[in-house]
Amino acid sequence: MIRFESVTKRYPDGTLAVDELSLEAPSGEITVFVGPSGCGKTTSLRMINRMIEPSSGRILLDDRDTASLKPSELRRGIGYVIQHAGLFPHRTVVDNVATVPYLLGENRKQARARAMELLERVGLDPAFAKRYPAQLSGGQQQRVGVARALAADPPVMLMDEPFSAVDPVVREQLQNEFLRLQAELHKTIVFVTHDIDEAIKLGDKVAVMRVGGHLAQLAPPAELLSRPADSFVAAFVGRDRGYRALGFAEAGELPLTDEHPVTVGATVREARERAHDEWALVVDGDRKPLGWLAVGRLPDAVLADPVSEELLNLGGTLARTGGSLRSVLDAALSSPSGRGVMVDDGGRLLGTITAGEVLDRIEHRASAEREKAVEQAVEDHLARSESPS
Amino acid sequence: MISDVLTWLNDPAHWRDRPYASFTGIPSEVLAHLKFSSIAVLIALAIAVPAGLAIGHTGRGTSVVSTVNAVRAIPTVGLLVLLALLISPHFYGRTDLGYVLPTEIVLVLIAIPPILANTYAGIDNVEPAVRDAARGMGMTGGQVLGKVELPNALPLMFSGLRSATLQVIATATIASYFPLDGLGRYIYDGYAQHDFPQMVSGGVLVALLAVIVDLVLATVQRFVVSPGVTRRFSKKTAASADAPTGALRTTGEVATG
Amino acid sequence: MTAVITAAPASANSSPWHFWGYFMDNRGEDLHFLWLHFYLSVLPVVVGLLISLPLGYVARRYKWTYPPIVSVTGLLYTIPSIALFVIVPPIFGLSSLDPKQVPIALTIYSVALLTRVVADGLASVSEETQLAATAMGYGRLRRLVGVELPIAAPVIAAGLRVAMVSNVSLVAVAGTIGMDNLGRLFDKGRQLSTPDPYYPPIVLGIVLCVALALVLDGAIVLGNRVITPWRRAVAR
Repeated sequence: MIRFESVTKRYPDGTLAVDELSLEAPSGEITVFVGPSGCGKTTSLRMINRMIEPSSGRILLDDRDTASLKPSELRRGIGYVIQHAGLFPHRTVVDNVATVPYLLGENRKQARARAMELLERVGLDPAFAKRYPAQLSGGQQQRVGVARALAADPPVMLMDEPFSAVDPVVREQLQNEFLRLQAELHKTIVFVTHDIDEAIKLGDKVAVMRVGGHLAQLAPPAELLSRPADSFVAAFVGRDRGYRALGFAEAGELPLTDEHPVTVGATVREARERAHDEWALVVDGDRKPLGWLAVGRLPDAVLADPVSEELLNLGGTLARTGGSLRSVLDAALSSPSGRGVMVDDGGRLLGTITAGEVLDRIEHRASAEREKAVEQAVEDHLARSESPS
Repeated sequence: MISDVLTWLNDPAHWRDRPYASFTGIPSEVLAHLKFSSIAVLIALAIAVPAGLAIGHTGRGTSVVSTVNAVRAIPTVGLLVLLALLISPHFYGRTDLGYVLPTEIVLVLIAIPPILANTYAGIDNVEPAVRDAARGMGMTGGQVLGKVELPNALPLMFSGLRSATLQVIATATIASYFPLDGLGRYIYDGYAQHDFPQMVSGGVLVALLAVIVDLVLATVQRFVVSPGVTRRFSKKTAASADAPTGALRTTGEVATG
Repeated sequence: MTAVITAAPASANSSPWHFWGYFMDNRGEDLHFLWLHFYLSVLPVVVGLLISLPLGYVARRYKWTYPPIVSVTGLLYTIPSIALFVIVPPIFGLSSLDPKQVPIALTIYSVALLTRVVADGLASVSEETQLAATAMGYGRLRRLVGVELPIAAPVIAAGLRVAMVSNVSLVAVAGTIGMDNLGRLFDKGRQLSTPDPYYPPIVLGIVLCVALALVLDGAIVLGNRVITPWRRAVAR
């Protein structure tokens, strides 16, 4: 657990980077510091491992004052991942990962073996071990950076915009894999980003900071979206809060329509017979959806042709069971036939659902939420008028 | 003339020492030349490398680098003559040392600027992200310098070393303007005696020595500097682990909570 | 050494600080040396630059020529200048005492240094800038002269400074093998130093060389500023 107690950082020229910051980052969870440039998020992060020294206040790591240890010792127990990775160009990938174990005096062979394990864990081919950083792409370097931070198995990890320097496709992959790793490892992580979407996606708790180093709100993402503390947070979290909040609502049990799919290779005539309307869903041998076929409009001449992949419309996304309402709604909205496809964990077809049906479900839930919100507002109001403020 | 030079170089008499004719053979002169040069380079390394490392690592004292560079404006011959005149009278009995000392002083003085400037530049060029990561992982200042900054500064440092060695070998040649051994002896004696084949042979020998020494240093550099720094490897990149998967994708969300 | 030893001048004071007096006594000869030294320092650099510009351009433009060109020039640069001085006459069919060997050898030396500098300076012009210029309708030559060279100017200027300052020192070396320039002052000083050291000409030589080097260095810095006015604006 990381606790900030009235931490302030004031620079010699007078700038106040962090102003009396007090918060708690719970153990085993990801706490994200997010905010506009100049809000002190990176400064606060760097005060945890004393790369920057606080002007006043203290920071406690599991109830131990960070100031009580020698900086280099403190840092060897904290994983540190930065933008652009900062890999050592003169060392091979495996030696880069094993840096902290070497520093701690571990046996070289053992350290290397563990480094290899970690490389696999972060999704890198073992062939990369003997390569040098200059031979790796940005995304690959960043993975090595994460592996390096994990090498000494520190309980705490600090991450400073680690995924900002790669392109969006790679970034999404890295974020997903990072979440998968954390689900296994349960480290206490403080993560800094300027991207509110990343914060909402990754954080168990999100700390929104204001320019000048003030904490505006510290809350789980769902709460941030539904009840922003003030206008700054509301503006920073941005538009389509409602839509994004759907991402946190579990889909649960949904009324699915049975779809009669056509297997690829069957004739177009069969597809037309099977379809409810103008569209037929085409699946592969395993009942995994491949795409939609617009059977209604096809000329008679092609009726005998086999259904092949080139004919398919690939427009719709797939909603996986156990996912959020947002993914289900997106599947329905993006589907060319108007019917969103739902699949099970193995990717096999479960059924379809229309946008209208999803919205009904959302409405049903929302009315319950609204009741609760009204009650909460009344409570808050009473509490405020009672306390002398 | 060229054939005369080749004749001179191939004459076995020129490869033997003949003190009675006050002629020193080629091997001895080469050795003497190397001896003067290496002493100066080693002393310069001992002074300039720590200084360059310190200035680069702490970032303080960069003005020292630029002042030291201004030393290049001083004519080496003039300095040689001046110092020789100042120092040699104090060494009446051992006249050799009276010339060796000013020579070594001048050689060290010209070897320091390239080594210092390049060592400093080498450290300075290490990327800030690398330095930050090294500190953040728990390396002490000394460890950052020794394990991270120094290995990455090696290419530039070697470049400075080679440049300094070159200048030293060149100036050591000029030191034979005084009665000192070295390959310059052939140039100046040849000039004095109007023995031009000897003079040109001296030049050829100096040129050969310089090129060979530089090659040796380049080879050492090849083995000492990590390939990750010089980027000398086949640019193979394996199939990217970042490639996106198939066409129909899930929206990639993971259930929260 | 065939120099004529001038009689110890009226200012027979041999103290190092007496170099001004020495200068006044031998003004004619000293100024002559100074002019020769200036000429011998500047000419090879200018000619060297004129040769290096096309060479460096070729090395940059036709990438396969870069390694051989840089290797050869690197090799030439490795050869100590005094060795170049004595090797040049037989190759060019001159007498070993011919003063022409100095500018020829120093030109070779300058080319050896500057070719790589020019190639690397042109390489420092970003791809985008070149493409933008071409897209705007600049022909190849116009682009080189109007866009690439001005941008490469600081790098080239840095190389020019090194070449110029080294040349001043190297020309003095030639003074020890009989060529006329400020280096002869050192020679004289040495000859006149029997039995006791006679410093004035030596100190004078050093002072004039340093002054010359600083003036030439400053001239290049100034020239660079004139060609690249945008750098000052940015630095402010």
